[in-house]
Amino acid sequence: MDQLTNYLFISAILFSLGLFGVMTRRNGIAVLMGVELILNAANINFVAFSRFGGMDLSGHIFSLFVIVLAAAEAAVALAIIITIYNSMQTVNIDDASSMKQ
Amino acid sequence: MSEFAFWMVAALTIISAGLVVFSGQLIYSAVALLFTLLGVAGLYVFLWADFMAGVQVMVYIGGILVLIVFGIMLTHKIVSVKISQTNVQRRIGGFAAGLFLVILISAMGSASWFMEVTPEPVETVRTIGILLMTKYLLPFEAASLLLLGALIGAAMLSRKEN
Repeated sequence: MDQLTNYLFISAILFSLGLFGVMTRRNGIAVLMGVELILNAANINFVAFSRFGGMDLSGHIFSLFVIVLAAAEAAVALAIIITIYNSMQTVNIDDASSMKQ
Repeated sequence: MSEFAFWMVAALTIISAGLVVFSGQLIYSAVALLFTLLGVAGLYVFLWADFMAGVQVMVYIGGILVLIVFGIMLTHKIVSVKISQTNVQRRIGGFAAGLFLVILISAMGSASWFMEVTPEPVETVRTIGILLMTKYLLPFEAASLLLLGALIGAAMLSRKEN
């Protein structure tokens, strides 16, 4: 637990799982969950480098901003998904590929 | 003991993250995401980031996860218990993600990282607050503006047109 590489490996695994979810899921909300996994992996890296890099707490601030962006992104993405559902009765992102309804 | 707790938290994070992307039911994915986010908060505690752990629990679990569960409820007929979902292109997606993971881990394992363990910070909240109000004041204000814009935009997008 006092090794930087342990945290980097955990975050790499989390990132790859999120990438797999984004690439293979077809439900819009499930894709959003994959994006959240990727953002969390990035956050772990920021905080880990902040502890082991011998700097001040700037890494915490960076991951704080990432969390703010994730909140904004989740709100807008869910609004878009609900709008798509209301107009097309589906949340499958392959079916929602036409430009006009 | 603390080493054991660290590996338990790491296993909780990774196993539940696997459930998020492999589970066949959307609502199980959402519950698994809860445990992943809790595990990440635990990792923050091991990284001496107590404030970040609190923010993770409050914003991610209390905000974003609840929003996602609302999204599931609003876009599916919740009466039918089985909200199934499938993974398409499993093979090529798994290959690409696995290749990426192998490259990432081999690069991280072979790099010689600059390691300097700083002494444990005495008061993280005070330091973060001072940094936010001095060095990072402009990004802080910009983030608040962005959040306001995003929330108004989300409300505009999802309201009923009459």
